[in-house]
Amino acid sequence: MTLVLDILTVVAVSAGVFFFLAGTVGLLRFPDSLSRLHALTKADNLGLGLVVLGLLPRADGPFGALKLIAVWLLAQLAGATVTQLLARAARTAEPQE
Amino acid sequence: MTLELVFDIGLAALVLTVATWTLLARETTAAVIGFVAYGLLLTLVWVRLAAVDVALTEAAIGSGMTGVLLLTAAARLRATEAVANAEQPGATLRVVAALLCVSVFAGLAGIVLLLPEPGPTLAPQAAANLGSTGLGNAVTAVLLSFRAIDTLLETVVLLLALLGVWSLAPDRVWGGRPGPQGNVQRDGVLVFLAQLLPPVGIVVAIHLFWVGADAPGGKFQAATILAAMWILAQQAGLTDAPPVDRRWLRLVLVAGPAAFLAVGFLGFAAAGAFLAYPAGYAKPLILFIEAALMPSIAATLALLVAGPPARTEPP
Amino acid sequence: MAEFLLGAAAFVVAMVAVGLLRLLRGPANTDRMMAGQLLGTGGIAALLLLAAATNIPGVMDVALALALLAAFSSVAFVMSAS
Repeated sequence: MTLVLDILTVVAVSAGVFFFLAGTVGLLRFPDSLSRLHALTKADNLGLGLVVLGLLPRADGPFGALKLIAVWLLAQLAGATVTQLLARAARTAEPQE
Repeated sequence: MTLELVFDIGLAALVLTVATWTLLARETTAAVIGFVAYGLLLTLVWVRLAAVDVALTEAAIGSGMTGVLLLTAAARLRATEAVANAEQPGATLRVVAALLCVSVFAGLAGIVLLLPEPGPTLAPQAAANLGSTGLGNAVTAVLLSFRAIDTLLETVVLLLALLGVWSLAPDRVWGGRPGPQGNVQRDGVLVFLAQLLPPVGIVVAIHLFWVGADAPGGKFQAATILAAMWILAQQAGLTDAPPVDRRWLRLVLVAGPAAFLAVGFLGFAAAGAFLAYPAGYAKPLILFIEAALMPSIAATLALLVAGPPARTEPP
Repeated sequence: MAEFLLGAAAFVVAMVAVGLLRLLRGPANTDRMMAGQLLGTGGIAALLLLAAATNIPGVMDVALALALLAAFSSVAFVMSAS
């Protein structure tokens, strides 16, 4: 059983870290401010979610798992709303062609 | 060459790089972002050194509060930034500054490298006497029992800093509300965040306050989270900064240090010395002091970030 | 397992550093404001991985505090620049 959980942890954390890499590559290569914002928030938040999923089997007790999920939910909430604010600020600052 | 060593070396190199970059940054906003990144990296360093209370404080104050404070300061200084950047110090000034910096660095490096091994420390005695305070977290015991006088002085220093910030207000707006008008556009997204986040923040703050007795946490980090939530609500326009001459505000600011001082003077009668706790009453007294200090520190921090009074009420 | 998690944490920190470099060179103001988001999400991931790798108690609370404070400072970045 622990072997299965360990494999789940390794796979999920690796996938999460891969999405962080993808987000950073997008950040480096995308031409436009808004598309960089897209790469940053979508990929990084997905990476964080996969990392949390991978760390869930290793959490100490139900309270620890609840805290992990609470951290993830907070990061999602903050990320989603701040991205909206950023996008609006970007649109009003730079006129669309 | 274990992975931990590689990680630590990489982290140290990154901290030095970010610090150098922050010093050399051209624009103030870029430097502030570098400072916030530096704070986050330091949080990781503290975690690697197993100093979790310090890591909590670094994440809360170093990255969060101080970053926003510097940002508002940079915004105020934006008008003068061109003039300040155009000034060029002379050659002699640069040489003298460089010599001073190198000598300070050499002195510090010498002290660090010549430290006795193992260094002198009172940690074993503190750990041995932990039982008398009734607490499980050694850091909280040191802050609120063994060296409580330092904490008392720090809270008073915070209040004095706030008085210093308030004294920067011009005479005509003395007693007014700090900072510019909040986001009056009632932007739906920001209001949504400011309605959803503060209740979560309050729960997390109370959790940190309560858990600080036996695990990393405590009133200071909890107060920082409360202050951040209040400032968020102000930025969203849900609530306005209070005028600084309101009595309730001043009572809240002073209540914490006053309670601390009262317990201190009570120590003369009850246990024979200033800030001495009578046996068996240590933990309730410590909790009482922490509970009184938390709202005061939260209000002080929030008002420090809000700045000096800038607008008065219409009569 | 602990070594794997530590390595993952190191990788995430490296990604945050590289991303920060890019954002701070970015010409638009929006790029600067995105730094708050990058630091927040990356920092939380690195802290969670460190917490699991080193088993020091209480690091989860640091991640919780960082989540809240990162949201707050990101909003402050956006409000100050716009």
